[in-house]
Amino acid sequence: MNKIGLILKREYITRVRNKTFLLSTFLLPIVMILFIFGSAFFAMSNKDNLKKVAVINDPGYFKDNLKSDSLKLQFDFISGVDSSTFKAKGYDAVLNLNNDSSARKFTIHSVKQLGLDTKRKIEDRLDNAYETYQLQKKGIEKKILDSISKQANGAFTIENRLTSTDGKSQEVNAAVNYGVGFGSGILIYITMFIFGAMVMRGVMEEKTNRIAEVMVSSVKPFELMMGKILGIALVGLTQLGLWMILIFTLSSVASALLPHEMVQQAAEANKAVPVGGAANMESATKFLEIQKSFSSVNWPLVLSCFAFYFLGGYLFYASLFAAIGSVINEDPQEAQSLMLPITMPIIFGFIILSSNMNTPDSPVMVWASMIPFTSPIVMMGRIPSGVPWYQLLASMALLVAGFIFTTWLAGKIYRTGILMYGKKASWKEMIKWAFRKA
Amino acid sequence: MNILELKELRKYFANQKAVDGISLQIKQGSIFGLLGPNGAGKTTLLRMITGIFYPDEGEIIFDGKKFDPINDIRYIGYMPEERGLYKKMKIGEQALYLAQLKGLSKADAMHKIKEWFVRFEMQSWWNKKVEDLSKGMQQKLQFVTTVLHEPKLIILDEPFSGLDPVNSNLIKDEIYRLAQNGCTIIFSTHRMEQVEEICDQIVLVNKGHKILDGTVNEVKQQYKENLFEVGVKTDAHHLMTYIFEVVKHQPEKLLLKLQHDSTPNDVLKFFINQDIPINSFTEVLPSLNDIFIKLVEGTPQARQFEKI
Repeated sequence: MNKIGLILKREYITRVRNKTFLLSTFLLPIVMILFIFGSAFFAMSNKDNLKKVAVINDPGYFKDNLKSDSLKLQFDFISGVDSSTFKAKGYDAVLNLNNDSSARKFTIHSVKQLGLDTKRKIEDRLDNAYETYQLQKKGIEKKILDSISKQANGAFTIENRLTSTDGKSQEVNAAVNYGVGFGSGILIYITMFIFGAMVMRGVMEEKTNRIAEVMVSSVKPFELMMGKILGIALVGLTQLGLWMILIFTLSSVASALLPHEMVQQAAEANKAVPVGGAANMESATKFLEIQKSFSSVNWPLVLSCFAFYFLGGYLFYASLFAAIGSVINEDPQEAQSLMLPITMPIIFGFIILSSNMNTPDSPVMVWASMIPFTSPIVMMGRIPSGVPWYQLLASMALLVAGFIFTTWLAGKIYRTGILMYGKKASWKEMIKWAFRKA
Repeated sequence: MNILELKELRKYFANQKAVDGISLQIKQGSIFGLLGPNGAGKTTLLRMITGIFYPDEGEIIFDGKKFDPINDIRYIGYMPEERGLYKKMKIGEQALYLAQLKGLSKADAMHKIKEWFVRFEMQSWWNKKVEDLSKGMQQKLQFVTTVLHEPKLIILDEPFSGLDPVNSNLIKDEIYRLAQNGCTIIFSTHRMEQVEEICDQIVLVNKGHKILDGTVNEVKQQYKENLFEVGVKTDAHHLMTYIFEVVKHQPEKLLLKLQHDSTPNDVLKFFINQDIPINSFTEVLPSLNDIFIKLVEGTPQARQFEKI
């Protein structure tokens, strides 16, 4: 046991001191935060210059209804401008409304290519103008229609409250549960690959460096394997913990640094709604709502389950990755083909999660969250929306039993594998090593 | 007293009898040579002695008691033929780590490492990484990590491969010094001239069996072919006798093989009677190399796979 401690310490320290670990731990959250806030910042600060568009050949009904937007677009209905002279007259583009009615396609000439955004905006304005014209023709006033739709839009919301057996009711938010569940499922999926592969590479390194034989003359192969697996588990927990702390502090620092009105503007910009007081109010209430429903998630349960399933899933697969690493001889090609049977269930779990996320209580999800091969990923997807405690306990017990079994099995393959040189082991041989006595 | 006794040790693999009933005794403080062609079962034998493999049959007695790998491993130092160190690890930390795994306390390990590094003039290496060292330097480090925990039994598999003559001598002197301090050394190699020079006792294994056991001199006596070198100036054609046969004729030397139970004195008498002046007279013992080749030859070059 004391020797496992020594091995664990070495595995942990060499990895944590490694430059790639430091880079990925500290850069990833910074890059993420920069990306999120950077894109928000650009979305707000992206103020296009005013575009002056000359409109020619109006069929008649556009002149009154096509609205200029004093900040971005200005439409001038004039004559004597065509596709060759607009530039000289100080226009950015000329829009020819000469409509060969069937196609409903107009031409706009410009020197520089119009941005996708500008093009869509002009199209929207034209559609609006046509709508207003048609409404007028039928005797409906546009203003009245607008005020009705404004009142009706978002007038009612549904709040889903769960009634538990003891009669208490509790608000749930399916969207937030979906997000939290899916997010933690993906995180487990990714970390299982990252740290599983780290274990495999570590074992391969020991084998190709030929230190394995020196090591097993001092420690038991099982101790060597467990020390490595546990050391890397600690590396994983350290990295996840640091990420959480960093993301939390950085995002609060960044949102404090951004001026308040800019944040609100960003919300508006995303919604692409014309500027107005009502819209401001709306986004603020939305924001509060999301905050509220985030606090409705049972975070202590989610976080403790995440820690459990991260460790359980990692331990379940890490020893298998170690066994694979032990039978490989320097050739990464071999690793690919041997890894396939191990990576398949992980990927399969992820597919089940992503395709059944909307029905967390369907039989597929329940079964997949029981079987240890897929349970770490799938169960995390189910937890935020509530899992019966007996299912959770059964899943956890099966996972613990599962990793004890895989570790025992892998330990036997590992013991023979690390001392075999020059020859790739077949699956048949590995199974034979795994089940023979002593 | 024997530090190690093997009794009818057997280890069979799926399609090979790697070690098939080997017994031997090794005296404490001796330097023991384990010889054999490639694939003779040497590495398997050594792995059983170091506790890496369990024997299928037979018994290992270590230091008077039945070998208990978990506790006795501390008293054994093993340098395998396939050398290995953590390439990215600093030299000092690596030596410390390996010593601690053998059960030394940190302070104790530190003290011994410093001592050995001074002895091998490696003090400046402490913070270098293994990958920055030359192969010979790595070899020295490997040797230090093998003997650092003052094992009672040191097992060296091809310890001189890749070393220049200066470093070879350095290691050789250390081996003598350790043996004088009561340490036993098992030394596995194909290089016979080193065995002849260093080893007190040798064992030759082939195809999983022991085919030769004894001190270097005993073995040579056992396989001598009654050859003598006589320094005489003469013409071989005159030497027609039943006492000996001329094996080789050089300008001032003759290599003779005694025949019909004749003794060296008979040979000397023959030359004296013929009035031929003798400058020198020595017995020629076979080299271990010759014995090795003679014994191993005739068996197929590579081991064949067999059904068990």
